[in-house]
Amino acid sequence: MTDITASDAARVRRVDVTSSAAKARIRARYRREARFKLYGLAALSLAAVFVVVLIGDVLSRGLPAFWQYSLVLDVHVDPAAVSSGGKVDEASIRSADFYPLTKAALESMFPGELSRKAQKQLVRLVSTDAAMPLRDELVANPSLVGTTVKTPLILSATSDLYYKGAGTQIESREMRGIATPSGTSGEITVLSSANDFADALVHLKQRIAEQARSLRSEADRLELFAGDTVTARVKALRDEAEKLQQRVDQPKVEEELDNKMPSLLIAIDGGLMKITKLSDVSATGIVLLPLRSTDEAKPGTWQLVTYETPESNRKVTDQDVAFLERFKQLGHVEQSFNWTFLTAGDSREPELAGIRGALVGTALTLVVTLVLCLPIGVMAAIYLEEFAPKGRLTDIIEVNINNLAAVPSIVFGLLGLAVFLNFFGMPRSAPLVGGITLGLLVLPTIIIASRAALKAVPPSIKEAALGVGASHQQAIFHHVLPLAMPGIMTGTIIGMAHALGETAPLLMIGMIAFIVDIPHGFTDAATVLPVQIYLWSDLPEVAFKSKTAAAIIVLLMFLFVMNGAAIWLRKRFERRW
Amino acid sequence: MSGYYFVTMAVLVLIAFLVSRAQAGRLIKGGVGQLHSLPNYHGLFAASAVFVPMLLIYVVGVPLLEKFAQAQALSFFGAETASDALHRGATLRDIHNLVAGQYSGTPSDSLVEAARSMKSTLWWGNALIFGGGVLAALVAIGLSLGRVSVAFRARNHFERLVVLVLMLCAAVAVLTTIGIVFSVLYETIRFFFDPSLKGRPTVTEFLFGTEWNPQAAMRADQGDIKTAYGFIPLLTGTLLITLIAILVAGPLGLFSAVYLSEYATARFRAWAKPILEILAGIPTVVLGFFAALTVAPLIRGWGAYFGLDVASESALAAGLVMGMMIIPFISSLSDDVINAVPQSLRDGAYAMGATKSETIKQVVLPAALPGIVSAFMLAISRAIGETMIVVMAAGLAANLTFNPLEAVTTITVQIKTILVGDQEFDSAKTLAAFALGFVLFFVTLVFNIIALTIVRRYREEYD
Repeated sequence: MTDITASDAARVRRVDVTSSAAKARIRARYRREARFKLYGLAALSLAAVFVVVLIGDVLSRGLPAFWQYSLVLDVHVDPAAVSSGGKVDEASIRSADFYPLTKAALESMFPGELSRKAQKQLVRLVSTDAAMPLRDELVANPSLVGTTVKTPLILSATSDLYYKGAGTQIESREMRGIATPSGTSGEITVLSSANDFADALVHLKQRIAEQARSLRSEADRLELFAGDTVTARVKALRDEAEKLQQRVDQPKVEEELDNKMPSLLIAIDGGLMKITKLSDVSATGIVLLPLRSTDEAKPGTWQLVTYETPESNRKVTDQDVAFLERFKQLGHVEQSFNWTFLTAGDSREPELAGIRGALVGTALTLVVTLVLCLPIGVMAAIYLEEFAPKGRLTDIIEVNINNLAAVPSIVFGLLGLAVFLNFFGMPRSAPLVGGITLGLLVLPTIIIASRAALKAVPPSIKEAALGVGASHQQAIFHHVLPLAMPGIMTGTIIGMAHALGETAPLLMIGMIAFIVDIPHGFTDAATVLPVQIYLWSDLPEVAFKSKTAAAIIVLLMFLFVMNGAAIWLRKRFERRW
Repeated sequence: MSGYYFVTMAVLVLIAFLVSRAQAGRLIKGGVGQLHSLPNYHGLFAASAVFVPMLLIYVVGVPLLEKFAQAQALSFFGAETASDALHRGATLRDIHNLVAGQYSGTPSDSLVEAARSMKSTLWWGNALIFGGGVLAALVAIGLSLGRVSVAFRARNHFERLVVLVLMLCAAVAVLTTIGIVFSVLYETIRFFFDPSLKGRPTVTEFLFGTEWNPQAAMRADQGDIKTAYGFIPLLTGTLLITLIAILVAGPLGLFSAVYLSEYATARFRAWAKPILEILAGIPTVVLGFFAALTVAPLIRGWGAYFGLDVASESALAAGLVMGMMIIPFISSLSDDVINAVPQSLRDGAYAMGATKSETIKQVVLPAALPGIVSAFMLAISRAIGETMIVVMAAGLAANLTFNPLEAVTTITVQIKTILVGDQEFDSAKTLAAFALGFVLFFVTLVFNIIALTIVRRYREEYD
């Protein structure tokens, strides 16, 4: 084709690559090139961002659960309370009711008259088994009975969350007048000699006006975006805004405070009063913490306290906050590592719940899985790689193993339920059955990994062994298998990590029961860590969300360690032949 | 009993090994070369000759004995006890408790009789199994000692046994498949065709019914709730979530794979690959937690901002997170197939003046298309079968809708919901879960087989 004739050459389309149109085309092509490259980078970054956000979210939710606040109080251990039949021993201490002791200790913190309701709320600030550390201490050292012991009381989950910042912002303002309270408990009125309350009232009305404004702008926005579909909602918003506006428009009229507003309180004479009615000259309210006396309070010795979050928007009432803040002021609140979370079994109370039962269950289950699938997996791989006659049957086994690796895990749960529980009558919820089911689930992974590892050993090794007179099996078991072992172990660890994170099949065979006791054997009812996570995530209490995230952190740490070990093994023993 | 048996077995196996090996060792006079098999193999041969029969006797004997003892014990009660499964189970439990000495209350005369008979039967039976095992072992030791000789091919015999064991191990995988097929198929057939089952649907009702409500009215005051086993709402729910997942994971996974295999430097790959591996390694229960507690409220919040009413368990949240989950599947499989495209094809395109992205779009991706299609199919199969994310983030109500902002339910969610808790194997509701399991297994199997076949063909094409 070297001699192109003139007419042929004429037919070739000539492109002037120096023209501006051509240059523009080239530029456009390079832009497309850059854009295409950017898409790839963006896709990868998005995946990375997702991983980071996911792990960050879990960490931020879960890490606080590893610490726990407790209330350190002096508890007088009345011998009568912990003895049975006049004797104090381990059994009587273990079975004793510590509720009266904790109640007395708590109430001694607040001299003066507490209303019955306040008393009830005070006791509810601590856990139902608040005296657990005290009981353990007494069991260890019975001579403490009859003395006063300084001991931590476990706080209820709500109080714990309050100290972890799930409460409210508190602002305190010094007042200028001389204040006179009308009583020390119950409903009282406080008068001030300066116009402190007028200022407070103006401030309050400003806040109401702000609220009305935000309601109106919300209504405007909804109208703009959604049009007619949300008319009812918009109307409700506007009505509410209108009502608030009316209150703002009457500047001097007294205000009733409700729980949709930030709470206003007056700290005076060592006590605390919650304002229910605020007028120009006086504040009327209910005493939350008893006052010492009805003495006049000098300017600067009494404060107007604001709990910013409205009471209806938080888990703790004003009374709770008053108590909890007082405890903190007096230095009775301590934070410590939450060992309960790692050493206790499951519980219905978030502050007493732990993951030890689930961890032991996981260990038992994985032992069964490992014992089952490592030998079977490796031997199956050796057979398929070295001894199986090449033929239809072996082909079927191969296709079958590949398919089995892609069967949804829940189907293995159905197999476990129908075959192991129903047909063989094995016990429900047992690590034995869970382990067998997971073993079958990860078997294909291990077979595939082991085959790859065996294949990676160069044939020359085997041939050399055969050459010096080893039998086929001797060559495999004495020479090829040891060299393939690092690869097999890597595959096994990855398979076990997979089994560790698996949940669905275990739900099918009943490892989802609420189990408080730590399992002791392979046939005890047990649960595993992922199932525990699922169980907790389903519970309504806020504190359990944080526990769930903490359990996830533990699970991810195990996975991290296992995968790290796999990578290390691969790096350490990887050989290029 | 089991403990004693296995300890005895271990001891006998060890004795057989040592004795036989010593016997063979004595035959060596002028060097090992005279023996056909090494002394160790003679030992192993004897050990396996003890081990196999003892194991067989135990595995066959114990269940047989159990059955026999139960039948004998039940013969003390009326015929109706033996036929009624519930009654029978309770009676057997009582007898077992009495035998173990944990029975609370005063047992009836027949119960005491039955327990006594069971106890003696079990004792005699166990003694028989034990004696038989030991006898078999001694005979095996004697015979194998007799066979120890210079010419005896102990190694070949032992190796034949090893191959058999290896083959059995490989067969476990096949047995698992058979077990899955039979367990779901059997219950599914009962679900559709068992005449004694109340409220079972016909196959057509199941496949084309548009209402799913396996929960029948338990009491009269709950009104007239009828069970319905229409599969369509579950199918649409599953498809909706799968579709969202693929819409997320498809482009992201494919672009990631293209970038990693065509553009990324080795150092960048070393960083980016582990991130995708982390994503693949995160347990689905964690993703479900994230979907339900973080993504779903976020979407709901955005929806509320724009005045949209988003269900708290929307299909969108579950689908998005599931999409993130399957990115690594698509990207790693696509990465493999793109790498398998021969460099000569790329070089050809470059020689024609194509830019890198033009080469990828017009040469590499079309060449890798079969592999990419199969990657997508495996991803779809994975999404259909995924359970925890949808259990935690998607709803239970079987709505027939394609609106991603509403709650839908999926096949896996329903299987889990029905089967968690107490089940009886003779209610249509429980069997319905197995029918769903059958559908799930069948659909994913078809997807997998097609995908794996394509991949195999494709590999062969370029190898």
